[in-house]
Amino acid sequence: MFANYGYKDGSGEFFISVDTGRCAGCPDKGCVEACPEQVLEVITDDYDDQVIAVREEHRKKIKYSCAPCKPTGGTKEIPCVAACRLGGLRHSW
Amino acid sequence: MVVNQADKPKEYWRWTEYNWFDPSRDWRKAKIISGGVDVGSVSTQAVIMLDGELYAYSNMRTGSDSPDSAIKAMKWAMENTGMKMEDLTYTVGTGYGRVNVPFANKTVTEIACHARGANYMYGSTVRTVLDMGGQDCKAIRCDEKGKVVSFLMNDKCAAGTGRGMEVFANLLAVSIEEVGEMSLQVEKEPPPVSSTCVVFAKTEATGLLRAGWPKERVLAAYCSAMAHRVVSLLERNGVERDFAITGGIAKNIGVVSRIEKELNLKALKPRYDTQIAGALGAALFAKALVEKGKG
Repeated sequence: MFANYGYKDGSGEFFISVDTGRCAGCPDKGCVEACPEQVLEVITDDYDDQVIAVREEHRKKIKYSCAPCKPTGGTKEIPCVAACRLGGLRHSW
Repeated sequence: MVVNQADKPKEYWRWTEYNWFDPSRDWRKAKIISGGVDVGSVSTQAVIMLDGELYAYSNMRTGSDSPDSAIKAMKWAMENTGMKMEDLTYTVGTGYGRVNVPFANKTVTEIACHARGANYMYGSTVRTVLDMGGQDCKAIRCDEKGKVVSFLMNDKCAAGTGRGMEVFANLLAVSIEEVGEMSLQVEKEPPPVSSTCVVFAKTEATGLLRAGWPKERVLAAYCSAMAHRVVSLLERNGVERDFAITGGIAKNIGVVSRIEKELNLKALKPRYDTQIAGALGAALFAKALVEKGKG
């Protein structure tokens, strides 16, 4: 499943997409620890898979929550995406 | 001093609440009586299924107390059936207020429930589901079993939701149940209301009314804007045949026909009440959990 967390507003599209098919097979979920803003968490989804999700409190402000890790914040590579060994995590912006 | 009060204004946004049950079936003969409760931001639905077949449901407005709304909805669905709450084998809660369903054995997200419910309502050929709820709008793609493949949700603004439509029904003093038909009574389609935000769209509509636009034309402009808004959500998530719409707005022919026109794709004709899709999916999850031995 592709779970898209985020929103689209007048300033653009801001979604974090999780490929839960890949994510469920990842034993360490390194992306959760890699995120300095604690945006991600491990949940048990509706199909009983252990996958990551964007925390509820960040879903409507994801553009701002993730801003420190974007190139304008001086980062070359987004830490959570870099930590995802299976390529199951993507940012739309 | 005598103060003359004007009559209380009519609530044009208020839709009809109702319940239903199948009197030809005897629930006492059922092996699994599964319940599903969808506590939404605007409406609450309760569904009862007997061995996976729809038996009873109710649809009512969510009050300020979610647990109370859930109990009232389930009791109303049971009305005239002789069934009691303790007769339910297993119940799943879903929707915005799912964590506040006191008698639910488990909670499942409304995204998974709408996909499962649409699969039951429209058949296994459904691949794209658009749920137009009271306070959010969801684009869901699912497989032949009703399992979610991908989803996208707009719950950040009221554009494309039932609440947005209620605002317009009240503004134009048109019953919410007549908005769709009325919006189609225009000779030529007007340009859509340009504002994305419902608050600004309302301001814009007020300006159009002052400029002499008839109500039908203003409603057409708003329905068109709403359709455009949800189509962009659908296209971002991908659209695949067959396509179905659930939720309250699925009953608004003005919005549905404009979505179909923009997508160049006909939505499947509903065989059941589109508002119960979430609760129906929850009841199907409840049955599946009992069969898996988790109930």
